[in-house]
Amino acid sequence: MISRRDFLQVGMAASALVGASGFGNWAKLAAQQTLTQDQLLEFETFGNVSLIHVTDIHAQLKPIYFREPSVNIGVGENRGKVPHVTGADFRKLYGIDDGSPSHYALSSGDFSSLAQGYGKVGGLDRVATVIKAIRADRPDALLLDGGDTWHGSYTCYHTEGQDMVNVMNALQPDAMTFHWEFTLGSERVQELVESLPFAALGQNIFDAEWDEPAELFPPYEMFERGGSKIAVIGQAFPYMPIANPGWMFPEYAFGLRDENLQAVVDEVRAAGAECVVLLSHNGFDVDKKMASVVSGIDVVLSGHTHDALPEPVIVGQTIILPSGSNGKFVSRVDLDIRDGRMMGYRTKLIPIFSDVIEPDAEVAALIDEQRAPYEAAMSEVVGQTDSLLYRRGNFNGTWDDLICDALLTEREAEIALSPGVRWGPSLIPGQDITVEDIWNATSMTYGQAYRTEMTGEFLKVVLEDVADNIFNPDPYYQQGGDMVRTGGLGYTIDVNKPQGERISDMTLLGTGEAIDPARSYVVAGWASVNENTEGPQIWDVVESHIRKQGTVTVTPQDSVKVLGA
Amino acid sequence: MELTRRNMLAISSGALVASGLGAIPAFAATAEDMIAEFTGGAAVGEGELSLTAPEIAENGNTVPIEVSAPGAVAVAIYADGNPTPAVATVKFGKLNPSNTVSTRIRLAGTQNVVAVAQMEDGSFQQASAAVKVTIGGCGG
Repeated sequence: MISRRDFLQVGMAASALVGASGFGNWAKLAAQQTLTQDQLLEFETFGNVSLIHVTDIHAQLKPIYFREPSVNIGVGENRGKVPHVTGADFRKLYGIDDGSPSHYALSSGDFSSLAQGYGKVGGLDRVATVIKAIRADRPDALLLDGGDTWHGSYTCYHTEGQDMVNVMNALQPDAMTFHWEFTLGSERVQELVESLPFAALGQNIFDAEWDEPAELFPPYEMFERGGSKIAVIGQAFPYMPIANPGWMFPEYAFGLRDENLQAVVDEVRAAGAECVVLLSHNGFDVDKKMASVVSGIDVVLSGHTHDALPEPVIVGQTIILPSGSNGKFVSRVDLDIRDGRMMGYRTKLIPIFSDVIEPDAEVAALIDEQRAPYEAAMSEVVGQTDSLLYRRGNFNGTWDDLICDALLTEREAEIALSPGVRWGPSLIPGQDITVEDIWNATSMTYGQAYRTEMTGEFLKVVLEDVADNIFNPDPYYQQGGDMVRTGGLGYTIDVNKPQGERISDMTLLGTGEAIDPARSYVVAGWASVNENTEGPQIWDVVESHIRKQGTVTVTPQDSVKVLGA
Repeated sequence: MELTRRNMLAISSGALVASGLGAIPAFAATAEDMIAEFTGGAAVGEGELSLTAPEIAENGNTVPIEVSAPGAVAVAIYADGNPTPAVATVKFGKLNPSNTVSTRIRLAGTQNVVAVAQMEDGSFQQASAAVKVTIGGCGG
């Protein structure tokens, strides 16, 4: 008899085949300038159920550039495991040719020149085309949105998420879970969620006062597709009130709550679910651990850490697929559900090459309609860039170097701190920097740029605390952001040390002197999670700085020395 | 307007809580002493006793915990990094529908929360959970 495990392996082989036909040929096709929409969408329909996953769009309605990280360190059991493999090592692992479209879409290295050749990625009108094509193959495919959708742009900020709700509704999702959405404030979140024509899920969203499941967010939704019952369970970002300002949504508590998840899985199985899908905003390493702790989940659609992998990672009998960010990818997952269980699967991570995939006219018009009232203000050119501006990476990116420079000069500070968020598209050398571009890298509802004094001792506590949120060897204690970015401050970090011992050699770059624990330093930063933080908005600080520069040049800094990677 | 000194003090006190992280063992002995007192020095095993606590506290001042202790007559709860580690001792009567207790506790910093259950047969069980208290920041 063929065991379930054998079926999973067959599924894996099938998926690898799709990966091969999809990915391996692109280099040649691109060289011939014949990469087509049909090739990107090519997929042999499989089984009886299709899932479509989009996640971490961060309100990017239009095509953008997005450079994947070159530094993404795994610790503990995840050391050297995907997604903690970058650049040339990543390409070698998946058999991706240098200079191929997959190189450009999935890995770092030579980004600026490849971006010139391959153009922008994403755009929800292109995403719409892909979704419609999948639905043409499989009319009852489930579209699942992993969250971080209503945050991250000029229009999203000014419409308090309405632009994204309007455009996503046109794509007709079946369910969604959440993270940055909550930074709109609980009242606005409630208003938007109540307006949604689809399920807003979160088994780990609780009422803070009663420590009971929050009524607004059911734990799961049961769907009947292809003759099978599919349960989709939502898992919101577990550490919202810690990583983001909890005072903006005091009514809610979150957490990993894997015991509750197990109870929900058992409940849906008892109710006849033949396939259990976790729509997760945990982050990839947390999802891997959770899949090993909780039994009975077939598929984890993974979001939050913005990773994109061409094949699922298998933990026990669960497949985990992370689908990137910023509208750059759509995952298609075909499942064979028979006799009450998942017998096989076939997957494809579809990169949205904006110049190859035809925009859907209806959704394109809807996007333009959302943007029209703001188009004049946000298209204003503030300056130009000579350098690649990007953010993703564990320690620093040139966008944050520029933001830290702006904080140091505009706020007359000795040290600047910029949060290690993972969103924010890239700009390539020679591009104009518009107001919209600055907002894409800074937009949030708590963007005030504070200026304060911190002692050397406190600065170390901050760095140690944030470092433990990334490099704690137990994924359950990680929050999924990157390291806080520093301007004017250099340091050495040993990622394998315990909390309190990772950071050393803290240096004030302005003078080259060692940081004195007892001395106070003038520190400028933004995105404080504390209530009543005061200061100008960060996008105004950055805009003013860029205007004075005209053309910005950012040399990648080497003031953070990393040990143990 | 700038951050006031008062705001800074508020931030700093959060930092003090966080900087207590490295100092766990200083208090741990005290909790150990208290557990030894509760058990009368008897050996402590594992069993059906379970302690549920968040991996990372959303607010160190009010951390929800739940102890489920089937077959126990009493449960003592300790926070081994608090200046006063004893949190509560709960006795279950025969008419208790379930031997479960949930409450909220205040944690001075990252530390272990420990539950020790005295069973009907006089034996003891222990369960613990590490709870991280962090100043937070920066979610992706």
